[in-house]
Amino acid sequence: MEDELAASITIQGAVWGGAKAFTVTSGPGFSLMMEHIGYAAMTETPCVFVNVQRGGPSTGLPTLPAQADMMQARWGSHGDYGIIALCPNSPQECFDLTITAFNLSEEFRVPVMMMLDECVGHMTEKVVIPEAEKIAVTPRRYTTQPPEEFRAFEPKGDMVPDMVKAGDGYRFHVTGLTHDERGYPSMNVETQDRLVRRLLDKLKPLANGRALCETEGLDDADVVAVSYGITSRVAQRALQMARQRGIRAGKFRLISAWPFPAERIRELAGRVKAFVVPEINLGQMVYEVERAAAGKAKVIPVSHAGGTVHKPEAILKAIVEAAQ
Amino acid sequence: MNEATLEIPYEIPEGARNPVEPFLRMDRMPHIWCAGCGIGTTVNCFTRALLDSKANLDKVAIVSGIGCTGRVAGYARLDSFHTTHGRAIPFATGLKLANPELQVVVYSGDGDLFAIGGNHFIHAARRNMDLKVICVNNMIYAMTGGQTAPTTPATAITATSPYGVSEPTFNLVALAEAAGASYVARWTTYHVKQLARSMEEVLKKKGFCFIEVISPCPTLYQRRNKMGDGLDAMKDYKAKSKVRNGAPTGECTLSKTGEIVVGKFVDRERPDYLELLKAQMIESLGDRYVEPEEACCSEC
Repeated sequence: MEDELAASITIQGAVWGGAKAFTVTSGPGFSLMMEHIGYAAMTETPCVFVNVQRGGPSTGLPTLPAQADMMQARWGSHGDYGIIALCPNSPQECFDLTITAFNLSEEFRVPVMMMLDECVGHMTEKVVIPEAEKIAVTPRRYTTQPPEEFRAFEPKGDMVPDMVKAGDGYRFHVTGLTHDERGYPSMNVETQDRLVRRLLDKLKPLANGRALCETEGLDDADVVAVSYGITSRVAQRALQMARQRGIRAGKFRLISAWPFPAERIRELAGRVKAFVVPEINLGQMVYEVERAAAGKAKVIPVSHAGGTVHKPEAILKAIVEAAQ
Repeated sequence: MNEATLEIPYEIPEGARNPVEPFLRMDRMPHIWCAGCGIGTTVNCFTRALLDSKANLDKVAIVSGIGCTGRVAGYARLDSFHTTHGRAIPFATGLKLANPELQVVVYSGDGDLFAIGGNHFIHAARRNMDLKVICVNNMIYAMTGGQTAPTTPATAITATSPYGVSEPTFNLVALAEAAGASYVARWTTYHVKQLARSMEEVLKKKGFCFIEVISPCPTLYQRRNKMGDGLDAMKDYKAKSKVRNGAPTGECTLSKTGEIVVGKFVDRERPDYLELLKAQMIESLGDRYVEPEEACCSEC
């Protein structure tokens, strides 16, 4: 396509035509895609956006790493809405989580962001690709109702409506305007409240019980390093070094960064001294950790403006200080 | 339009007042358009064209952008998509590529298709994407209060040019031809028969087809320019239009008070995007080329 504005809406046309579709970009392109991330959220179009993050703002640091688009992924389009963001930290996870991203997008009917960073994006490692029939694929939730009964945006038990595609005789309407259960524009306060709350509430299962994360050594931890993407691999080294020094340090790796697993962090906050949050930005996910910890544990950011990864020593230093 | 083709192949519901009603979402009436606006006239022509083309309406999808004309998709009883400002064409491109058996119509306004969405228009025309683009040109951003558009004629008064527009205007038909469109025509909402016939022609033609419809906006364009109401616009179109089929599009620039050249300007055969893609794949892959499988179920 001619640009990211086009790519980010062409995929949605393709989805309503019956295909699965995704698009891939980096920071500046991601900025251009924001309006259509909102459109996908509003029209509940299942699709996947991959952002291989580089240093910003603006043209920033092409081909050099950062993790500074995490808040943009969550909040970048206007209005209230929810999305899912996944953060792989290896080529294997890029493969596995892309499948997960498509599956979640179909289940919840939301745009799913694959939030890589330049290091993970350019990394070369062994990848095991299973046989196709061994890959679990979540089918599109096509309606079984006949056209005369089907209402295009009527939520089912899990708050997500079933779907149709163009060409099947349903004569349905899709709009980015606030719409009622028929999919028709409706400019009233009640419809707006009902629709927009549902767009957020339908993701609650993923924020809580089904959040994807990788943990290690949390049972006895005094200090927990919360990290994601390439930074989680640097943090892994720092955690090893801390444990060698006798510090009870635990790992909490965010795999699904959005919806943020606030309940998990809240529970941990009651029994650890501190969270150390290294990320290649000047403070983004750390605010979520702080909000969830709600003053019950210290939250220590280890920020980095981007261009390279942290040194393990920088994270170790924060862990050592936090443990004291 | 030949009278013989007016035979209606569809069942008309009892109590219907107009043969086009089965093509509209009557539960959404009344529409939002002002008295004297031409958009409804173009929709009437479009439904006539659908009738006459005998298209399978389950396989016709309509995509609009934002604006007064952007609301057309919401009133058409088809699979219909009201997308974002300027992006009807790339959305329609995705729809067409995912399901090539769909007849995809883009129905939007001049501001949407040629200002914010201009880039997508030229690239879709260049690719000869099999889309039928109908542009209702009311020469202004109407829904947002009458701001200058790329199609607003020089010297016209608008909300953002109180002393008159100083920019040259876009010649949409010349742009479409230069970018590669297979079919280019222009009519006004006075030319309802010709417009319906053009629409029917493009529904039967493959490739990127473009129809510009000059349409009145009494509320925002004509009022500020002391050009009267909708009826005055019809009289104006009648007096100033000149049918010149095949006219060089470069000579068809519109002005505030000058001649309106209408007609079918371009009707040519070019391989469309999907044909070009397939030919290139065969050229490159030879025996290894396999036809893409059609999506038959949700897991494909």
